[in-house]
Amino acid sequence: MPSALINVPAKAKRGDVIEIKTLMSHIMETGYRHTASGEVVPRDIITNFVCRYNGNEIFRTDLFPAIAANPFITFFTTATESGKFEFEWIGDNGFSETASASITVE
Amino acid sequence: MRLAGLIMMAGLLTAHAFAAEIAPGERRSGYSFMTPDTRAMQDVDTANPGMLWVLDGEKLWNRKAGAADKACADCHNDARASMKGVAARYPAFDKALGRPVDLEQRINLCRVNHQQATPLKYESRDLLALSAFVAQQSRGVAIENGDPQLEPFVAKGREQFMQRQGQLNLGCTNCHDDNWDKRLAVRTNTRS
Repeated sequence: MPSALINVPAKAKRGDVIEIKTLMSHIMETGYRHTASGEVVPRDIITNFVCRYNGNEIFRTDLFPAIAANPFITFFTTATESGKFEFEWIGDNGFSETASASITVE
Repeated sequence: MRLAGLIMMAGLLTAHAFAAEIAPGERRSGYSFMTPDTRAMQDVDTANPGMLWVLDGEKLWNRKAGAADKACADCHNDARASMKGVAARYPAFDKALGRPVDLEQRINLCRVNHQQATPLKYESRDLLALSAFVAQQSRGVAIENGDPQLEPFVAKGREQFMQRQGQLNLGCTNCHDDNWDKRLAVRTNTRS
């Protein structure tokens, strides 16, 4: 039951540069650790993150084993029109989560 | 560096041979010991990873569990109203057990007695989530203490806090009362 926390300003002026903050619940197991009996703990990480603004991709990143648990990804974009930000996290073992946030541009 | 810290600490310990409690007016929140980066993270709920546990706890609060097939919400309703200020009273005295229980133990007592479910493992994700969610409802509420039934337990705790023990022959009090605004090697000795 993964949870996501999204911070997008509810309102912005057209042309404003806004900061978007996302926090996704995930263990980010590296695949390099061993149990006490020597078995490898299998890798379980988020591998991709995408943000779309009214359907257009505005931000994408790949994630790697060195990234800590509960990845916190922040980035900037220009507020061009009212609408919806859609976020998608994809990872190992079929991990796939989405979240969205709305913005009003005046 | 570490050795130098320890030597400095040893000097401080001899200077303060008698443990003295910190006056209530001088006490500081653990928050005031954090670095600016950590504070910035804690100040914003959408940047604070602890809030992920609060969200998980809310889901658990509404999920049915155990042989009784009841969720926390079936008895306690909306936690925003029913759990307001509750966490600030814990550890609290439990009449049936005749001893204090902390918030996690209370949640597990509820699970066993009312939900007829297995108790959650201490420090497990689910128990941390539920206790974080319940504690969240007491945000900003001052911690209450002063239940007279707790007094003998508080006295025993104080005794252990003062007791010197271990290889360094330190009691809790030697760092957290006498040197609470200083460091032991690289670590801060917060009083929180």
